[in-house]
Amino acid sequence: MQTMVVEKPVTYINHAHTVMSWLLTKDHKRIGILYLIVVSTAFALGGIFATLIRMELTTPAGDLLSADVYNRMFTMHGVTMVFFVLVPAVPAVLGNFVMPLMIGAKDVAFPKLNLLSWYVFTIGFCFTIVSMVMGGVDTGWTFYTPYSSQGSESNVLLTGVGVFITGFSSILTGLNFMVTIHRMRAPGMTWFRLPLFIWALYSTSLVMVLGTPVIAITLLMLVLERGLHLGIFDPRLGGDPVLFQHLFWFYSHPAVYIMILPPMGVISEVIACFSRKNVFGYSFVAFSSLAIAVFGFLVWAHHLFVAGISPYSALIFSFLSFAVAIPSAVKTFNWTATLYKGAIWWKTPMMFVFGFLGLFLVGGLTGVFLASLGLDIHLTDTYFVVAHFHYIMVGGAIMGYFAGLHYWWPKMTGRMYNDTLGKLAALLIFVGFNLTFGPQFILGYLGMPRRYHVYPPEFQVLNVLSSAGASILAVGYVLPALYFLYSLKFGAIAGANPWKATGLEWTTQSPPLPENFPTTPIVTEGAYHYSKREIKVA
Amino acid sequence: MPDGTIAAPDEHAPHQHHPALQHHFQDLEQQHEASTLGMWLFLVTEVMFFGGLILAYSLYRIWYPVAWALGSEELNIYLGGFNTAVLIGSSLTMALAVRSAQTGAPKATVRWLLLTMAFGLTFLVVKFFEYKEKFELHHVPGPNFHFEGPESPHVQIFFSLYFALTGVHALHMIIGFGLLSVIATMAARKRFSPEWYTPVELAGLYWHFVDIVWIFLFPLLYLVDRSHHII
Repeated sequence: MQTMVVEKPVTYINHAHTVMSWLLTKDHKRIGILYLIVVSTAFALGGIFATLIRMELTTPAGDLLSADVYNRMFTMHGVTMVFFVLVPAVPAVLGNFVMPLMIGAKDVAFPKLNLLSWYVFTIGFCFTIVSMVMGGVDTGWTFYTPYSSQGSESNVLLTGVGVFITGFSSILTGLNFMVTIHRMRAPGMTWFRLPLFIWALYSTSLVMVLGTPVIAITLLMLVLERGLHLGIFDPRLGGDPVLFQHLFWFYSHPAVYIMILPPMGVISEVIACFSRKNVFGYSFVAFSSLAIAVFGFLVWAHHLFVAGISPYSALIFSFLSFAVAIPSAVKTFNWTATLYKGAIWWKTPMMFVFGFLGLFLVGGLTGVFLASLGLDIHLTDTYFVVAHFHYIMVGGAIMGYFAGLHYWWPKMTGRMYNDTLGKLAALLIFVGFNLTFGPQFILGYLGMPRRYHVYPPEFQVLNVLSSAGASILAVGYVLPALYFLYSLKFGAIAGANPWKATGLEWTTQSPPLPENFPTTPIVTEGAYHYSKREIKVA
Repeated sequence: MPDGTIAAPDEHAPHQHHPALQHHFQDLEQQHEASTLGMWLFLVTEVMFFGGLILAYSLYRIWYPVAWALGSEELNIYLGGFNTAVLIGSSLTMALAVRSAQTGAPKATVRWLLLTMAFGLTFLVVKFFEYKEKFELHHVPGPNFHFEGPESPHVQIFFSLYFALTGVHALHMIIGFGLLSVIATMAARKRFSPEWYTPVELAGLYWHFVDIVWIFLFPLLYLVDRSHHII
C-alpha cells in the first residue's frame, strides 16, 4: 500500500496536545509511550547502579564503595531492573502499543484499567525511588527472610510496598491482555491466524495472572512481619524462612518467563520479516510459548537446591528444569529453520535478533548446567549464576526488547532512525555484553562468590575485562537513546510499512490513527505471508 | 490494501447506541462478555493471592498440630458461626439484587443491595469485637504476645496467620462494601436495565467470592480443633 500524501494526517500523537491529554489518556498507544518513558528512566537508573558495581569490582580491594553501600547498590540494581524494566519492558511498552493493532482492535478491552496499571506502576516506582533516596535496601532483590524481616536496617518496608504495588500493575496488564486477546479480535482473526507475538503475550499474561498474586501475598507477609511483628517466617517461633523462598520463587522463577516470553514473540515477528519467510512450524512456536508458561510454574525449587530441601524433591525439580529447556529449544530450532534459505535483510532489528539468538543460546545452555544437581552445588551463588541469568535477561530479554523497539519504532513515531548507527549499537551491545559477562562464567567456575565487594587479587584480570566490557555496553545502550530522540524530529518519514512486513499493524498509517484503523479490518489469512521475491524494497 | 484485509462496513451506524456501550466495543454483548471474563480472571488472581497464605497455614498445621488446636480453641466459635450465617445470608441477598437488576426492578435492586451491605457491615462489626478481645487477651503477635505453655511460639504463628487471613479478608469486605455503595447509587439512578446490568453482576461475583473465602477460613481457623474433642 502506498501512503497517501495528506497535508497533516490525524494521528494518535497530534490529535490532542495538552499534558492532561497524555496523563488521562485511555489510548493503548499513548499508554505504551508513557510506559516507555518510565521504563527507560528505570533502565538508566539501574544502569547507574550497575556502573558503580563494575567500577568497584575493577580492583580487588573495596576502595570505591563500602561493603554496606555495595550491598545496597546490587540490591537496587536488581530491584530496579527486574521489577521496573524487565517485567514491564516488552509487554507494557511494545505489547500495549502493538497488540490491539495486531489483532485488529480499537483498543484493549479495559482502557481505563490500562491507564490505572500505568499509574499503579509509576506509584510503585516512586515508592522505590523514595526508599533509594532515603538510603536504599541491602537485602538483595530476593528479600530473603529472616534478614529482610529482622536483620536489615535498610528501607525494606518502603521497597517491599513499592514492589507489592507494582505487582498489581502486572496483574491488571495480564488480565487486560488475556481478555483483549479472547474477546477483541477482528472478524476472521482466528487463534491460528494470530501473530506469534500475540501467542507469546497471551502466555506471558497467563503467568502474570497466576504468579504475581503469590509474590504480592508473600511480600505482604514480609511487610506484616517486619512492620507489625507477625511471625510467619520467624525461626525464633518455629517459622520457616525456606517457606519464604518457596513462595518467592513460585513467582520469581515464572517471572523469568514473563521477561523472556514476550521478547521471544518479538523475535518470531522480526525474523520472519527480515528473512522474508514465514516462521517455520507456526503451531510449534505458538504452543511452545504456552508450554513454557505451564512448565515454568513447576521448576521454582531449583533455586533452593542448597537451602535444605529434600533430595527427592530436588531430584524432581532438577528433572523438570531440564524439561523446560525443551520448548525453548523448539523455538530456537524453528527460528534457525526460518533463516534457512531465507533472504536475509540486514537491518537493525535483525542485528538484534542475531544477537538474541547467540546470547540466549549461551544463557539457556548454562541454565541446563545449573539444573544439574551436582554441578549446581558447586556453582550456587557464584558469578556463574550471575553470568547465566544476565545472558537470559539482558542478552535475551533486553536484546529482544531492542529488536522490537527498532522494528516498531517507525510505526510508533512515523519516523526512521539511522540504520547504520542502529547496527553499530547492536554490534557494541553484543561485543560489550560478551566481554562483560563471558569472564564471569569463568570467575564463577573458579569459585568467586556473588554479592561481595572485595575478591582475591588473582581474579582481577577477569574482573577488569568484565568492567571494560561494561563500558562498551554502556555506550551501546546510550547510542539508541540518542538516535531515537534525533529521529523524532529529523528522521525520514517512515510511511505505513517501511519493512514491507505483513500483519495488521502495518496496514494502518504510521503513527496510527487515534482509533487504529479507519474501519475494522476483516482477516482472511494468517499473519505471515512473506515471499522472498519482494525483498529489494529498501 | 495488502492481501488479507478488506474493509468492513462502518459499525458506527447510529441505530445502536446504548449509553453504556463503550466506544471500542462492537456491541453490548461483546462488552458484557469481556467484562465478565475479566472479573473471572480477577477472581483467579484472588485465589492465588489467598492461596499463598493458605499454603503457609497448611504447612504449619502439619508441623504444629497441637498449637493449632490450642490456638483454634481461643477463637469464639459462636461469633464465627454467626458471621458465617451472616455472610451466607448476604450472598442470598446479593443474588437477589442481581436477579432484580436482570428483571428490571430498580427499587428492589437497591433494597437488596442495601441489605447486602448491612450484612457486610454486621460481619465487620462482629469481627471488630473479636479482634478487640484478642488485643485484650494479648493474643496479638508481637512483643506483647502472651500464651501459657510450651506451645506459645507456635501458637503465635497460628495467630499471625489468623490475623493475616482474616485481616486480608476483612479488607476485601471493606472494598466490597465500597463497591456495593457505588452500585447501589447507580441502581437508584436507574442506570441498569435487563439489557445492561453488567456492573451489578460483576459486583455480585466479587461479593460471592469474598463469601466463599470465609467459607474456607471459618473451618480452617475456628473448627480445626473440634475433632480433637471427639477423638
